[in-house]
Amino acid sequence: METRELTCIRCPIGCHITVTLENGEVQSVTGNSCPRGEEYASNEVTHPMRTVTSLVRLKNGKRPVVSVKTQSDVPREKMMDVVKALKEIELTAPVKIGDIAAENVAGTGVNVIVTSNDD
Amino acid sequence: MADRKAELIIIGGGPAGLAAAASARKEGLQDILILERDTRLGGILNQCIHNGFGLHTFKEELTGPEYAARFIKQIEDEKIPYMLDTMVIDISEGEGGIKIVTAMNPKEGLFTIEGKAVILAMGCRERPRGALNIPGYRPAGIYSAGTAQYYVNIEGRMPGKKVVILGSGDIGLIMARRMTYEGAKVLCVAELQPYSGGLKRNIVQCLDDFDIPLLLSHTVVDIKGKKRVEGVTIAEVDENRKPIPGTEVFYECDTLLLSCGLIPENELSNKLGVKMNPVTNGAFVNESLETSVPGVFACGNVLHVHDLVDYVSGEASLAGKNAAAYIRGESGSDGYLINIKTENGVRYSVPTTVRTGNMPDTLTVRFRVGNEYRDTNLAVYLDGKQLMKLPKRVMAPGEMEQIILVKAKVNEILKDSDVSEHEIVIRVED
Amino acid sequence: MQDVTIIGAGVTGSAIARELSRLDLDVLVLEKESDVCEGTSKANSGIVHSGYDAKPGTLKAKFNVEGNKLIHELSKTLDFPFKENGSIVLELEEEGRAGIEALYERGKSNGVPGLRILEKDELLKMEPSVSSNAVCALYAPTGGIVCPFNMTIAFAENAADNGVTFKLDTEVKNIEKKTSEDGTNYYRLETSGGIIDTKVVINAAGVYSDVFHNMVSEYKLHITPRKGEYLLMDKMAGDLVKATLFQLPSKLGKGVLVTPTVHGNLMVGPTAEEVEDPEDTSTSAEGLASLFDKGAMSVEKLPRLTITSFAGLRAHEDGGDFVIGEVKDAPGFIDAAGIESPGLTAAPAVGAYVAGIVKDILGASEKKDFIDTRKGIPSMALASDEERAALIASDPAYAHVICRCELVTEGEIKNAINRTLGARTVDGIKRRTRAGMGRCQTGFCLARTIPLLAEALGVDEEEIVKSGNGAYYIEGKIKDSL
Repeated sequence: METRELTCIRCPIGCHITVTLENGEVQSVTGNSCPRGEEYASNEVTHPMRTVTSLVRLKNGKRPVVSVKTQSDVPREKMMDVVKALKEIELTAPVKIGDIAAENVAGTGVNVIVTSNDD
Repeated sequence: MADRKAELIIIGGGPAGLAAAASARKEGLQDILILERDTRLGGILNQCIHNGFGLHTFKEELTGPEYAARFIKQIEDEKIPYMLDTMVIDISEGEGGIKIVTAMNPKEGLFTIEGKAVILAMGCRERPRGALNIPGYRPAGIYSAGTAQYYVNIEGRMPGKKVVILGSGDIGLIMARRMTYEGAKVLCVAELQPYSGGLKRNIVQCLDDFDIPLLLSHTVVDIKGKKRVEGVTIAEVDENRKPIPGTEVFYECDTLLLSCGLIPENELSNKLGVKMNPVTNGAFVNESLETSVPGVFACGNVLHVHDLVDYVSGEASLAGKNAAAYIRGESGSDGYLINIKTENGVRYSVPTTVRTGNMPDTLTVRFRVGNEYRDTNLAVYLDGKQLMKLPKRVMAPGEMEQIILVKAKVNEILKDSDVSEHEIVIRVED
Repeated sequence: MQDVTIIGAGVTGSAIARELSRLDLDVLVLEKESDVCEGTSKANSGIVHSGYDAKPGTLKAKFNVEGNKLIHELSKTLDFPFKENGSIVLELEEEGRAGIEALYERGKSNGVPGLRILEKDELLKMEPSVSSNAVCALYAPTGGIVCPFNMTIAFAENAADNGVTFKLDTEVKNIEKKTSEDGTNYYRLETSGGIIDTKVVINAAGVYSDVFHNMVSEYKLHITPRKGEYLLMDKMAGDLVKATLFQLPSKLGKGVLVTPTVHGNLMVGPTAEEVEDPEDTSTSAEGLASLFDKGAMSVEKLPRLTITSFAGLRAHEDGGDFVIGEVKDAPGFIDAAGIESPGLTAAPAVGAYVAGIVKDILGASEKKDFIDTRKGIPSMALASDEERAALIASDPAYAHVICRCELVTEGEIKNAINRTLGARTVDGIKRRTRAGMGRCQTGFCLARTIPLLAEALGVDEEEIVKSGNGAYYIEGKIKDSL
């Protein structure tokens, strides 16, 4: 048995939620005041996911860098691996929103896409 | 004679200005001109590369530049004229209430534009160190969080490597994560208040995810370093926000980021003589978001500082729509005048007056509370009669609140009244 | 061999340099910081005192009254911001008016023109924001406010335009009295930039002036740095008072002044605290808090609109007066030491006086081609629309706004960099143009000023500093340390 405490981020109330786990399986969720809290807490303790937003270098652009994001969420523990992988990447202008900057970044199976235009 | 003419002049091409322009065009207004001081449209969103924008407006989570691009596309598709690199330096009123805007840019020099209506959408700026009275030296390495954000996200340069952040406003929290992602070490975020001024999700995802401590009821009491920051001393504060002797801890760092609040940028509004609300530092507006100067509207962070850009866009759309109606000469009869009074924990409201003749079927009134409240009610009265009493689990200064006034209900109470002025009171109650 | 070497490019050193540049002499100014006006001259009240304060017969009294007259003229010929807004000394205690009357008499014997005692009614009519506790006041109509940066810079620029050399980032380590083969005296200066031999040395080293004096003389000086902290308030508060309000020193302390600045802000200060470290320009929580309380004694409704705070050091000599003149046991070594208030006001008079001494020592003649005027950097904020249009026509960069709060354009910043003794640091630009002096305090313009400086100086942005070595802003590129 393991218990984990966390603050719900689904709304401003910020419920203090307690989750009990057994062998990595959620046993109970308490302290939440709505079903969204339960869903959030279960995901957050078993496989927390995050969108990573960062920058890559840009050649021949109006600006020396261009913003990017992971196209979908990646596991939280992979966040720093993702930004480290982006260190090696350099795009060449023009770039536009949605262009792929990196495929399968840091082995997450998720692509990194450009989020600003620079022509 | 002015050098140019436009029926509607919008000052600022950030989220507020863009949404206002798009909305005015949707109302059929053709002659619109957006004046933007930067080299591109989008305003501050261009440097807000993090996600979390657009959940309300587009029902998906976008980054700042992506959110801006959606609005910029509308402007381009609708061929709404805009001028970049253009700074407005004055607004005045000419004969017959005509608005004269003086602006300049390197291409066209100094010029004037004559308009029927103006929308103020200049945004806000960050509160500087001086306003916080932080003692110590004045070396390089002290930045507002927004300046650091510009450096990192636009220039790709690091303003420092070992960072302490004062103030847990959203920009400060976001920058804690951004600096970490780009290779800096963020030692802590100190917050003077016993609660954070930022959104809960940002505390979790920008601090907790990276084990960055949030020190509530703490502040910076000294800055060391004559040339570049060498460290800061942080102390705990008592209930009067005064540092408690003996609690000082020295943090060795090369950078102090300040995220201690935003102030609407109203120099132009002041020059024009618009009446200002000392609580918001923005203009007093009526239900149409019109200021004390007829035909001059305000929206977005120049009016009051918002938490979410989605709310800015919504507010600005309304301003654009109302400005179009004003230009068409369609402002309805005034009806009754309702003054909105805020008390008992509610710090201000936008708008502050409602002319019932111009009131839409539902009117959103936004406001903030001055403290953290748990398990209280939000009560609204019209001439002493309760309009609503909404139970609230939590209200905090960092999260904007709103109520919706229903025109039918208001009219029902006011009908046949022979008094022209009325009062709505918004307050926190047990 | 250098004719004259001035140590220190503060207001005193720069004013002396400017007066010496009238003469046919090789004049060198050594400054340890990266710009002129980096010490006491940059952090003071910016007041042009009328001269009632100093004890009659002192050098302070003499040079104050003379300097005041000169600044009225020089602000026009050298084009720096000055305003004769008048000074008012408030008597805030019930006990009476003896103090004010004594000050009035003192001012009269110092030759201060136009002094008048104001009764309460007239005082409140002139300055409606003044505390109702005021009993009466001394009014000195010739008191004024000046931009201390641009006054110092104007002196230095005009000196440089007339052939004076300024060596910045050059610290004097030691001074030796020497005698040459023909028996004449000279001085050998050991500096961070090498050895300099010079016939005459002028010691205008501010809080360090005792150190240099004591290297060559048996008659020792002793300077104590006195720290003064200040609050600067938003321009929204700038018209709260018109004149500079002083408080009559009383049992409650020396008092602080509340004054508009020549640029339209409101300023409160200074504190007075003796410190040991001549570089200690840190502010303190107690100091800043006390300023507010003391300022509120003059102006009850002092608003909480501080945009920045700062501290400066005054060079207080034990004797209490300026020390000006050739040192008795060091011929050719001239002190301009112990320059504390009213040093800013006195500077041009001190400059003329010291130049006179040098002229006698070296027997120099007047230059024929001396340029006695200088044009400042144009200000888009202060210009009329016609002037603005003309400036933009001369260079479209005058339409590109860099600092929004103070309306400073790229044209002004380029001008500040490219002119004589041009800005090399962000603070240098700030003091010359006001970019970053406004209510956001560089929040917006810093990132726009740095690239302009980098481009003009032909260096990377990482090389740009706030003020001198080590005061860098940028530490590499993103992800460098991942």
